[in-house]
Amino acid sequence: MNFDFSDDQKQIKDQARKFLSEKCTTKNVRNLYTGSGGYDAGLWKQIAQMGWMGTAIPEEFGGLGLGYLELCVVAEELGRALAPVPFSSTVYLFAEALLAAGSDEQKKRLLPKVASGELIGTFARSEGPGAVTPKNLRCSFRNGKLSGAKTPVTDGMDAQYAVVLARGSEEAGERGLQLVLVDLTGAGVKRRKANSLDPSRGSAEIVFDNAPAEALGKPGEGWSAANRVLERAAILMAFEQVGGADQCLVMAKDYAMQRYAFGRPIASFQAIKHKLADMYVGNELARSNAYYGAWALSTGARELPLAAAAARISATQAFDFASKENIQTHGGIGFTWEADCHFYYKRSKQLGLALGPQRAWKEKLVGELEQSNAA
Amino acid sequence: MDFEDSPEEAKFRSEVRAWLDANAKPRLRREHGDPMDERTDAGAMQRAREWQKTKADQGYARITWPKGFGGIGGTPMQSIIFGQEEAKYDVPAGSPFAIGLGMCIPTVMTYCGDDVKQRYVKPAVEGSEIWCQLFSEPAGGSDVAALKTRAVKEGDTWTINGSKIWTTGAQFSDYGLLLTRTDPNVPKHKGLTMFYLSMKTPGVEVRPIKQASGASGFNEIFFTDVKLPDSQRVGEVGQGWQVALTTLMHERLAVGGGQGGGLDVPQLLQLARELELEDGPAIKNAAVREKIADWYVRSAGLKYTTLRTMTALSRGQQPGPEASIAKIVVASKLQDLSAFAMELEGEAGVLAGDDAPMHGAFQGGWLGAPGLRIAGGTDEILRNIIAERVLGLPGDVRVDKDVPFNKVPVGR
Repeated sequence: MNFDFSDDQKQIKDQARKFLSEKCTTKNVRNLYTGSGGYDAGLWKQIAQMGWMGTAIPEEFGGLGLGYLELCVVAEELGRALAPVPFSSTVYLFAEALLAAGSDEQKKRLLPKVASGELIGTFARSEGPGAVTPKNLRCSFRNGKLSGAKTPVTDGMDAQYAVVLARGSEEAGERGLQLVLVDLTGAGVKRRKANSLDPSRGSAEIVFDNAPAEALGKPGEGWSAANRVLERAAILMAFEQVGGADQCLVMAKDYAMQRYAFGRPIASFQAIKHKLADMYVGNELARSNAYYGAWALSTGARELPLAAAAARISATQAFDFASKENIQTHGGIGFTWEADCHFYYKRSKQLGLALGPQRAWKEKLVGELEQSNAA
Repeated sequence: MDFEDSPEEAKFRSEVRAWLDANAKPRLRREHGDPMDERTDAGAMQRAREWQKTKADQGYARITWPKGFGGIGGTPMQSIIFGQEEAKYDVPAGSPFAIGLGMCIPTVMTYCGDDVKQRYVKPAVEGSEIWCQLFSEPAGGSDVAALKTRAVKEGDTWTINGSKIWTTGAQFSDYGLLLTRTDPNVPKHKGLTMFYLSMKTPGVEVRPIKQASGASGFNEIFFTDVKLPDSQRVGEVGQGWQVALTTLMHERLAVGGGQGGGLDVPQLLQLARELELEDGPAIKNAAVREKIADWYVRSAGLKYTTLRTMTALSRGQQPGPEASIAKIVVASKLQDLSAFAMELEGEAGVLAGDDAPMHGAFQGGWLGAPGLRIAGGTDEILRNIIAERVLGLPGDVRVDKDVPFNKVPVGR
């Protein structure tokens, strides 16, 4: 049995944690809350110098070609540090979309820039409140031009390129859908900064009006390609969520040990101890599900969709629970702007919704179970 | 990262398979139901003893124990591999021996002299002698150290008076490990002493407890002027609590290992496929699907947590504390999942046994779940253990800590 990261991978993780604990404190996050938003460009540059964006990008496209297990451990540390950088949009989504659906020429043109940190990319799917379904997508791609609106697009103000899920033909349902690559700095693109629940992860509304764009992958395969990308991103993001949830438990524990009430540390009250024990249980379940996702991602196992859904649901639930109960453990001070607790509370929701809500992933999970049991 | 055996593990697994093929038949189906209902009729006991003896002769009854004590001096991983393979064969579950071999005998091996070990270890491993654990009392459940059963010494003989409760398997046990109070004038943890005794000793009376489910896996034991020689003492006088901790350390591993009678998401999926609700098949109902997903991620999370623990063992490392979450997750999931399944069954959910859907599997799970949430450390005690031992939070304020036991306030 070898169901854990290797010593080399753990070393990468330790180095990432050490680096981020020095270079990315909650001050970096707070700066974005009080400034004009966007992302931490200085941190992004340093991360690029270490080559993190190219961790899983093959060497032939300018990456380090290490692999997905290495990317998972980096993701956990970025999540723990609440790193306010467009890493998930660029690496888990944009680069994965290129790898999944791009032509050799497209990969050669763009992936080296992703790996070097020159290029920020994103993935645009949602067109407004409610579920994203093949039926309700309106963005259209005809004759090399993209029209329609996407919102919210995480990191949409900072990205130079986006992969957009659009309707490429008159064919009904998912057969008419197509992934499209568009230069967001080009003609026909209007961007508006949207108010984001988590100001350290920016969001935009993007309107395309006959914007020049190119097909990414084959017509009619957009929906399935988008799903494949989301599954892979869900596993990587689950590691960010597990890292964030772990940090909430550390914060809650530290505070409960220091805070005295009724003549004793509040950590000695069972009401608090049991709360923290429940956080631990949720975090460990999420970690184990994420590990299984990592295994599926690194081996391309056919269980990947099921593993991704389980990792996603488990990590979302754990971070939700840990971030809200961290505030509760802190009491009134935890609800103030000055305390850091709300950063995690907001990030948990940002990560928990950005790839689609639990409801959609639960539906996917049971669909996968039905198929695997039918066989 | 993978799920493969190391070359040594693969070799051991194939040896085990060959041995099992030669000594048992493959299992065709698995039964589900009440995890607290252990079948112990004479025939089942006889088959269990025979299988235990067969394993002991090969050194497979306690793989990690030394040769000569029924083991092969193997690794924890080899023990797990044997368990995985054994589960695929139609052989009696080892439950009648689990408490003796998992808790009592390791304690005897730690604290008793060679003569005692030579006399008792082998028959226990071979299944010819069964042991039970006599700790809990009506006044001492989660707070085991509050027990009242008295042992008084005169010359070289101890006289025992009192009672024990929740004793699994006492009705068919030959020996017991007995925790008593020898000094009520010192704080509770300091006045305890451990003994072992034959359950046929004059003055020992075993009465079964009928559980809420109707099954009887537990007993109440009464001790009336039971005489024990000092040679049956385990550890020093007053050292009983330290001895008991050795036993209890093994208990949570043993109890937490169970997976709640095997009732889980696959059975719920099967039920949801078979049933019609107001708006069509239950499996197509969004609320049902959401619940299935919730329990699936808990089951899968636990399964992969176990594999992480096994990985540490396989790498020759000390497993992390993550294994401590198992029983909390399993027991409450069993209760919730069973109740939800009965809700789906509608009015037929009130039936039981073969009259209920799927032979009453969910009713059985639901009836057994309250016991599983209590036995071997309640949900609350397990949360305390995670908080204190894993997270390092302070222990509770103990108002009885420095008070002589006979001055500690008691309720009714």
